[in-house]
Amino acid sequence: MQADVTLDCVGLYCPMPIAHTLQKIKEMQPGQVLEVLADDEGIKSDMPAWCQATGNEFLGLEEEGGEYRVYVRKGQGSK
Amino acid sequence: MGNKMTVIVFSGDMDKAMAAFNLAIGGASMGLEVTMFFTFWGLNIIRKNSAPVAGKGWLQKMLNRLNRGGSQRLPLSRFHMLGLGKWALGQLMRQAKFPPVEELLSMAKGLGVKFVACTTSMGIMGLTKEDFLPDVDNFAGVATYLGDATQGQVNLFI
Repeated sequence: MQADVTLDCVGLYCPMPIAHTLQKIKEMQPGQVLEVLADDEGIKSDMPAWCQATGNEFLGLEEEGGEYRVYVRKGQGSK
Repeated sequence: MGNKMTVIVFSGDMDKAMAAFNLAIGGASMGLEVTMFFTFWGLNIIRKNSAPVAGKGWLQKMLNRLNRGGSQRLPLSRFHMLGLGKWALGQLMRQAKFPPVEELLSMAKGLGVKFVACTTSMGIMGLTKEDFLPDVDNFAGVATYLGDATQGQVNLFI
């Protein structure tokens, strides 16, 4: 998947990936796609939950060798 | 309405403080307005590491000599073992790149989490505003807490 911005959270545990995702999304424009790299398995459930709570769109997740690529589209109403 | 989260931090244990800050950081990251209400031993977490021994009279002085407070002095709730267990956990946290309590505290602050210190506990223990970090937003009591909690969807006691 093509992303506008990439955020590397490999080696970080919850709640750091979503806290960093929030900061990064704030700098982006609505409609842009953020790719988050992570290796804490909690991200699989946490990122969809975070997106739902914050008005962003969870686009999907790719898993490879214990690492995750998570894709989020910044929502129109997201600040 | 319904966009708030509150955490009562009663414990002054390092591991429980970590749990409290993790939840607060998570809540703030999800767009909730988070208030942490520090009371009793929990006050130790937001006390200055460098403040002189607080209190008036020998009982308060004795308490505060035994209970200095400060984020760097917090014991573990289990396996503290005179600091050996805390040292070991600190090593594990560093290896896992997990921030120590004082970094979690400033991260929570940076995300807009409000810190409230309980004035009743302060009075009993002989603590004044000068004993606390400048990060504390408010010195207040149970009505202030409940004012936030009644609007909160998530209210926790740690």
